[in-house]
Amino acid sequence: MQFNTSQPIYKQIINDYKKLLIRKELKKGDKIMSQREYAEMASVNPNTVQRAYREMENMNLVETLRGQGTFISVSDEQLDEIKTEMARDLINHFIGEMQSLGFGDKDIINIVQTQLSDREGGSF
Amino acid sequence: MIEFKDVSKRFGHTVALDNFDITFAKGKITGLFGPNGSGKSTSMKMIAGLNRPDKGEVTLGGLQPQESKISIAYLPEIDYFYPWMTIKQAAGFLQAFYADWDEAKYKDLLGFLRLEEGMKIAKISKGQRAKAKLLLTVSRRAPYLLMDEPLSGIDVLTREEIINTLIRDYREGEQTIIFSTHEIAEIESLVDDVVFIEAGQVKLAGSAEDLRINKGMSLLEIMKEEFRNAN
Repeated sequence: MQFNTSQPIYKQIINDYKKLLIRKELKKGDKIMSQREYAEMASVNPNTVQRAYREMENMNLVETLRGQGTFISVSDEQLDEIKTEMARDLINHFIGEMQSLGFGDKDIINIVQTQLSDREGGSF
Repeated sequence: MIEFKDVSKRFGHTVALDNFDITFAKGKITGLFGPNGSGKSTSMKMIAGLNRPDKGEVTLGGLQPQESKISIAYLPEIDYFYPWMTIKQAAGFLQAFYADWDEAKYKDLLGFLRLEEGMKIAKISKGQRAKAKLLLTVSRRAPYLLMDEPLSGIDVLTREEIINTLIRDYREGEQTIIFSTHEIAEIESLVDDVVFIEAGQVKLAGSAEDLRINKGMSLLEIMKEEFRNAN
């Protein structure tokens, strides 16, 4: 796995899991890789993986059952929250970049609408 | 825990360490970064008990380096095995010396690194020699693992194998690893903590993740910035 090394890696691990949840590639009750397996697969420090898993436990995204492994435990409401939160982060990033280029609110909305309708027309 | 308390060391007119003061946390992997001649090798040798401070003190879990030799696995930058030895002979040599030699681990890593016991150390490629050094160092269950430039002059694929070996083998919380390298980009995701050293002094130290959070930069970018400001 490639990480963006200018961002904390444990957060990127958590975000990867969030994306898998949003895309329904992982569902409640699914077993995920052990910390050691993840560390080896992604070539990342096992302590970093431990921090990500611990944080996901605190967020109730996963639960670790002694001797059995780590399982997805996210609720539907939580999943909706994560989805909204990720969308908000992406949009805010986009808006920030557009504003830094001098685009105003109306310009941004217009350009988004134009691009969306272009895509619907299958021209991308 | 490895502690340097205001350590200074000179070789003739050259200052190698200048009030070097740092703690390497127990159970963590620390990257020691700095330009050539900044004091990386000198500090590692000092931990291994191969040279002594002129001033100050180095301790490992409260003990002197000379009292801790059996707890330290040290991979020096130079090739230290007799070239006529095979990997098997070198392993036998270490096995006789160190009670913490783990034969099962050695056999497992031998296969993982695609090395063969009959290989003569003088006859193998540079990459294979680097892997052999790594194999012989980490096949001990030593609480302290010191690696001086284990990636230097090694091709990218072999570097990856070496890094994966370290991750595969690392025992969380138990092993204290110090790793010096110029190839900082390659080990961004390997290290818990970083120490940037320049002219024998600590330039910047901290947790890799905290530095990324606070500066929004990779360790490589942080190092470039730190050392550019210095010049």
